[in-house]
Parts: sequence; structure tokens; C-alpha cells
Amino acid sequence: MATQTITLDGDTDWPGFRREARGLLTRQVPPDDIVWHTRESAELDLFASLPDELDDPEASGDFADAASPASVGEAPGRPAPTPHPGGASAVVPPAFLRLCETVVLHEDPARFGLLYRLLWRLVHEPGLRDDPIDPDRVRAQHMAQAVRRDMHKMKAFVRFRSIEQADGGATLHVAWFEPFHHIVEAVASFFVRRFTSMRWAIMTPERSLRWEPAAAGREGTLTFGPGARREDAPPADAGEALWLTYYRHIFNPARLKLAMMQKEMPRRYWRNLPEAELITPLSVEAMARSGRMIEAPASVPARRIAPVAGLRKHARSPAPDAVLAPMPQALSSDPAEALSQLREATQRCRECPIGAHATQAVFGEGPVRAALMVVGEQPGDQEDLRGRPFVGPSGRLFDRAVADLGWARETLYVTNAVKHFKFELRGKRRIHKTPSQQEAAACLHWLESEVRQVRPRALVALGATAARALLGRPVAVMKERGQWHAGPQGEQVLVTLHPSALLRGDPALQEEAYARWLEDLALATAVAQAVA
Amino acid sequence: MTLQRKLAILADAAKYDASCASSGTSKRSSVGGAGIGSTEGSGICHSYAPDGRCISLLKILLTNFCQYDCLYCVNRVSSNVPRARFTVQEVVDLTLDFYRRNCIEGLFLSSGIIQNPDYTMEQVVEVARTLREDHDFRGYIHLKTIPDASPELLRRAGLYADRLSINVELPTDQGLATLAPEKDGAAIRRSMANLRVHIDDARGAARDAAAVSVVSMPTSMPRRAAAPKFAPAGQSTQMIVGADATDDRTILSTSANLYGAYRLRRVYYSAFSPIPDASSSLPLAAPPMVREHRLYQADWLMRFYGFAHDEIVPPAAPGDSAGGGMLSLDVDPKLAWALAHRDRFPVDLNAAPREMLLRVPGLGVKAVERLLMARRVRRLRSDDLKRLHVPLKKVMAFVEVADHRPGHALEAADLAARLKPVPVQASLFSA
Ligand code: SF4
Repeated sequence: MATQTITLDGDTDWPGFRREARGLLTRQVPPDDIVWHTRESAELDLFASLPDELDDPEASGDFADAASPASVGEAPGRPAPTPHPGGASAVVPPAFLRLCETVVLHEDPARFGLLYRLLWRLVHEPGLRDDPIDPDRVRAQHMAQAVRRDMHKMKAFVRFRSIEQADGGATLHVAWFEPFHHIVEAVASFFVRRFTSMRWAIMTPERSLRWEPAAAGREGTLTFGPGARREDAPPADAGEALWLTYYRHIFNPARLKLAMMQKEMPRRYWRNLPEAELITPLSVEAMARSGRMIEAPASVPARRIAPVAGLRKHARSPAPDAVLAPMPQALSSDPAEALSQLREATQRCRECPIGAHATQAVFGEGPVRAALMVVGEQPGDQEDLRGRPFVGPSGRLFDRAVADLGWARETLYVTNAVKHFKFELRGKRRIHKTPSQQEAAACLHWLESEVRQVRPRALVALGATAARALLGRPVAVMKERGQWHAGPQGEQVLVTLHPSALLRGDPALQEEAYARWLEDLALATAVAQAVA
Repeated sequence: MTLQRKLAILADAAKYDASCASSGTSKRSSVGGAGIGSTEGSGICHSYAPDGRCISLLKILLTNFCQYDCLYCVNRVSSNVPRARFTVQEVVDLTLDFYRRNCIEGLFLSSGIIQNPDYTMEQVVEVARTLREDHDFRGYIHLKTIPDASPELLRRAGLYADRLSINVELPTDQGLATLAPEKDGAAIRRSMANLRVHIDDARGAARDAAAVSVVSMPTSMPRRAAAPKFAPAGQSTQMIVGADATDDRTILSTSANLYGAYRLRRVYYSAFSPIPDASSSLPLAAPPMVREHRLYQADWLMRFYGFAHDEIVPPAAPGDSAGGGMLSLDVDPKLAWALAHRDRFPVDLNAAPREMLLRVPGLGVKAVERLLMARRVRRLRSDDLKRLHVPLKKVMAFVEVADHRPGHALEAADLAARLKPVPVQASLFSA
């Protein structure tokens, strides 16, 4: 077949390309038979309504994962052509259309040929859409990447300079920028979103943009115009000196890394960045400056700012090698006061290794003369973060039980046998780990102090660690649950499961297990509801 | 003092903070508002300094007067650097002016501690409040919070800021106690926990609100009660590396804990660098910059490649002085791991599971995704790797494809030497 020449309306004529490609595909014209051209100048209003997605540098150019197909023949406002007998159907993944929209903006004249070939192959080679490393696809990817990078750099490196209006009108902000691909219209909406209430214009060699913000009774308007010349851009204004000052001083001369800087800010952008003129002098000075800093003798401190007494509000945690017995010297005779002394002291405790890894110690909570004291194992993730006992998933299950039993949580004293959270990191999660016997033993005196201050009529031990702490012997919870036991000093201790055991159990049996657990707890109802 | 001079002093004072990111926050624009500003999820680096670092935010201190005496810090009370203090209005005006020029994405404000932590934090919050409420500023705001400030002030900070950070400064509590006598590791952790709770609660509320809108009347416009936003870009922290003797293994374990416990978005590592007017208690020589780079790479392996913090660096053997507990400076941590675990290779790219593909030196997450996809339709060959633009020599040494096996190359004693990269400056801050 003879070679056909297709001429598009302009460098970014995506609708035209789409229309032509659809026709060629319907007529089964193979890619090798086509030569693509663009007309020199495009009409100015052609791009007034480019879609927003064009503007997203993060949009994946990949289309293999696209869910629903779209038709290339959906250019708005044009009748669908009569299908050619035997013509190929042009149904492609929508992500491919998005990729095309981006690649079309590339400055390489070969882009239209590549895109049509890809389209042709997508229709004729079903395997292609699942092959992200096919050479044609990779090439299109790279073109799209270059376009997105240039769009991103335009968003980054446009520098507005302000021009005061002689008639007292709102200040105009003007920028000059030289992009490498045909991206100006595509980036416009970004500046509209960012500087909606500002008057601004961006000039480039190919086109220019101007934004007039909304005013009384008028919407904001974006106007596209022809290209401009560098000389038309305004010179530096007074305020720019501040920006240069900032640039000069945020640079750390001890870390000169010019190659890395150039990777991200290639030289071709420098001529329009005001701060770029500082790069060479700063780099030259840097070596000398950091050399002087290293050679300078350490200075004699001059404490010119007087330290303020009582600056620190919190009691300081101990240096980790400090004495391990943080017990207050003299406990107050007022139990409430004594409990708060103990609470503070546990924060500093490092009597076992758990303390150093947790966020904070979680002390008991509840009225001083609570009739019933409930003892769990140790704080969990949420308790550790919030500094309060029984506020995580186990705590919520416990709250449900309290409600079902007709108790009131605020009348209970709720605490744990071990005061800090012991965990193991699994990926980014902290998984609860049962404290060892030594750790629980090291921590026991805190619990004993709490019991001495609260003097409850009875205690509930939730789980083996709590039961062992309160009864002073190993306890087989499943065997001894649902019964009252006597502690070493004759305290009444009811043993049952820890709520986390119910949460871990077989979900099918959960409700049944919960009901059994309630039965256990119900034995303490008389105490829990006793008036203090 | 002129504004120029203040800006010079207070930018100088802020340049040691490694954080610069302006990404990960909720999307918004100035459309329909009275002010300026937008955020689009990924931040924009508006410039780069000759130290290779991105300039995305106006990063300054409100003041570099400070009553604390942290030895690694140029602003410590005992330092002889010139001091300055911005007014709230000056910071607000500078931010808006630089933003209008399109030089920045927003503000990163920190401060020396003056009068007391609450007073200082109040001033910092006031800058953010003025920008948001008086100027309807919709750009990015990152506030450095003072750990000892009251929870109420931290809460208010979170309502105005996109991101909050509290620097842990040193990898261990011992280090902090020695070098920063006024700072308290436990108080820093409590503040981070407090922020995480607020962030989680706000996210939970947003999720609930979204869920409600799904079940609303099908014909009515989905209306969502605006969930309170609290630091939508989360929290981050910075650790200074090389000011004390902590090894890399310990540093990574501290980071892993911080990620796990407080869901930090980033831990920034800042190689202790010689500062003007350094204290005589510190090493005057800087640690090699490449150490900082290796830590970032190792951190990346933990966050995106499924490596556990304690498998990246082998523990130091007792009496071991040759690199025990430290990342190799010659090769990147993934290559170092692969060289030490050659029995796990070669990896068959046509058959191995995703987790193992991610462990191949030179294969990034994106390349792995593409290989997985392509291998569903055909067998992978070495040409495919060439087109992926991966470091071919490195990858080929560890993988098997339809037309290639590394054979005995994997056992060769000089494999490490052959794969050692020619030293180049690497990119640390491309976030
Ligand atoms: S768990 Fe108990 S013994 Fe261990 S450090 Fe914490 S309070 Fe002290």
C-alpha cells in the first residue's frame, strides 16, 4: 500500500491524532505505511479544555492493570465513522489513552508513529497489554517519563517576579520558563489551582498563559497566547534578594555534593533560576569554609543566655545506668497521694529490661477505696501509647463484660501485674509478648503497693500472670478458673481468663467462651456492686 | 537588625535538620478560597542547594536563642553564634512572599527554646494559625514540636500543620543523657505516642465519616461530615549519627522501634557535621557521609523490602573491631546481605516468589512488579532486564533467567570486588 501522510493540527493535537488513528485502524492501514506531520502553528483556543489528568506527574503510565476498556473512538463531538468491513476494533485499556495523552507532549517527532504502532499492535497482539517490558511499550514509557519530569520541573522552577501596577491594580506576577517538551497547556491548571487568587502570567518560547483571578461577578479566566521572548520577562525585583539570602544560608558547606544537585536540577534549567548564579561561588567557598571549621579550635562556651530556674516541668527519667530503686523515700500517709507518688515512680523504674523499651509505665486507675480490684497481665500497644490501662481491644471486651454484668467501671480499680509493655517487633507491628517469670517477679512490688493502698475487699485475676502474682504460686487458669482462692495474706482472689485469650480464640466459639467468662466474673458481682 | 540579616542567621541555624519533605499530605487547592496554596500528595522540590539537598520548604528557626545545652547543636546556650529572633508576622510574610514567587511548597518552622517549652510552642503554633486562619494559606506546614510542651499545644499544632516532628536526636537514651542534658528520651517517646494517638483518632474519624457517606441515600449528593484533620502527613523524626559511638545495628533497631511504636513516616539520619563553634566534647571530624547514605538505604530495606532490622547488619562479635555492628561503607546493604547469603541465590526470576525477587541486589520494587507481570505471559530473558534499566552486572550475578545462569560466578571469591561500584555521589533526598 502507498505511504500516507497525516498532518495534525499542532504539536499537542491529541484529539486529532485520536481521530486519525481511529480512521486508519478501521481501514486496516499498517503503521509502516504512515508518515506523521504536525502543522507549524496551532489555533490558540485549541487547548482551552485539556483534561486534568495530564497534569499529574505521579499518574502511572502503566496500563496493564487497567480495569475497564475504553474506545479510542470517543473523541467528543464527532460522529463515529462507519466501520470498515474487516476493520479492527479499537478497544484499548483506558490507561493506554492516558499514556498517549502524555507521550503526545514529547518533542520527539517520532512519537505519533510510535503511538500508532503501539495501538496497532495492541489490537493485533493480545499478549502485549500484559507485557510491560515490551520494547515499544518501554520506549513510550520513557517518553512519558521525560514529559512528566519536564512538567514536574516546570511546576518547580517557574519563578514569579512581581510587577506593581501603575494604576493601583492588583500586582501582576510574571515568570519566564523554557520547557523541553510541549507541556505548557498541560501544566496550566496546576498554577490555577495553586495561585487562584493571584494575577499571574507565564511566558515561554512556544506559548504564554495569563490568569485573571475571579472578581466581582466574574469567574477567573485563563488565557493562552503565542510564545514570547526572554527579553520580555521582567528583571529581578527587590524581594528576590531575600530568596537569594535564604538560598545562600540554607546550604551546609560541610556537605558539598554538586553532582547530586545537578542530577535533580540539570544545568539546562539554571539560566532561568535566579539562585543558580550563587552555585559556583558557594561551591568554591565551601571547601575553604568547612576546612576552617574543622581546624578551628573548639570554642570556650559563653553562657550568655541565663538558664531559667524550674524550666523542666516533668520529672526527668533516670539515665539508664542510674540506680534501679526508684521507690519514693517516704510514701504519703494519704492513699490517693501515695498512689500518685507510686505512679510517678514506676515511670522511672528500670528494674527489669522491659522498662527501657516501652513508651511509659501504665499504672492502675480507679477510686482509692474500690471494693473490687481487677488485675490484668500488662499494658498492650494502645495502653502503652495512651498511658492508661485497659483501653485497647482487650479493654473494650472487658468494658462490654462490665456493662453486661451491671457493674460500673468507674467504681473498679483496674491495673496490671506488669507495668510496662513487653513486645516483639514484627515488621511495623508491635506484638505482645508475655513477660518472663523474673520480670513479673521484679515488678510485683508495685502491684503489692497498689493493693496496700487501695485495700480492696476482693480481687479478680485475669490470666496466668496476674493469678501467679496475686496468689504467689503457679496457677493453671483453665483448671482453677471460676473459683475464689485465698492469697498469701488471705485476700479473696477470683481467677479467670484474660480477655485477650477470648479474642485469640476460635471466632466460632467466641460467644460461648464469652458467656462462660461472664459466669466466672459474675461471682464478683456482689463485691463489685458493694457500696464503698 | 535587618530582615536580611535575621533570615541569614535563622536559615543558618536551621540547615542541620535533614528533613525537607513536603509530601504525603491531603490534597487541596486554593480554588474557592481567599488565599494561595495547594498540595497534591507528592511534594515539589523547588530548588537544590550545592549540598545536593532539596529545597522544598522555607526551613527556618523562629529564634536561635536557646536555653538548652545540647552539645551537638549549633544553637545551644553555650555557643557563640550570633543570635536573632523573628516576629510571628515576619515569618508569615516571608512564607507568603516566597510562596508567591513559587520558590517553596510551604514552611518548616522550628525554634530554640526560650522562656519555657510552652511559651516557645505557643509562638510556633501562632505562626501556623496566622497563616491558616488570617491568610487562608493552603500550602504545606511542618512544625517542629517541643516535646515538653503541653499536650493541648501539641493538639493545636496538629490542627494547623500537615506534619509534626519531634527529634529523638540520638539513638539511645544514654547518648541523650550525655550530650543533651535537658532532653529526656522518655518524654520524647511520650510526645510521639501522644501524636500518634491523635493522628490515628483523626484517621479513624475520617474513615467513619467516609463509611457513612457510602450508605447515604443513593440519589442525594454524598455529603461527608468533615472529619477533623490532624497532621495528615503524619510525624517524622531526626537522629544525629556519629556524635556518639552508637553502632548502625543499634541505630536501625531504634528506628524499627520508632516506626513500629509511633508509625513515623520517616526517620531522617543526619551525619553529625562539623558546626561552627563546636563544643570540645565532640569529635571535630565528621563521620563519613557515606555512612548516613548507607543508613538511609538500610532504612529503605526495612520499610519497603521486607527486611527485619536485625538481619541487615550482623551483630558485633565480642572483641570484634572490624566493622562488627556497622554497615559496610563499600557496598550497599542489600548487596552486602546477598554476598553474605549466597546460598539463597541464584534467584530464578521466572519462578521465585515476590519476597525473594525483592532481595535481589539491583532490583527495585517497581522492576519487581513489572517482572512479575511480564512473567505471567512469557518466560523472562536477559534482554528484558536490559530494557528495565537495572544495574545489569549486579543483577545478573544473582539471578537465573531463560537464557542465563550465573554458574560458578556466585562462588567466586572476588565477586564482591567485581561488584563494588565506582564511587559516585548518590541521591539521599529524592523524596
Ligand atoms: S515492667 Fe515493672 S519492673 Fe520492669 S521496668 Fe517496668 S515497672 Fe519496672
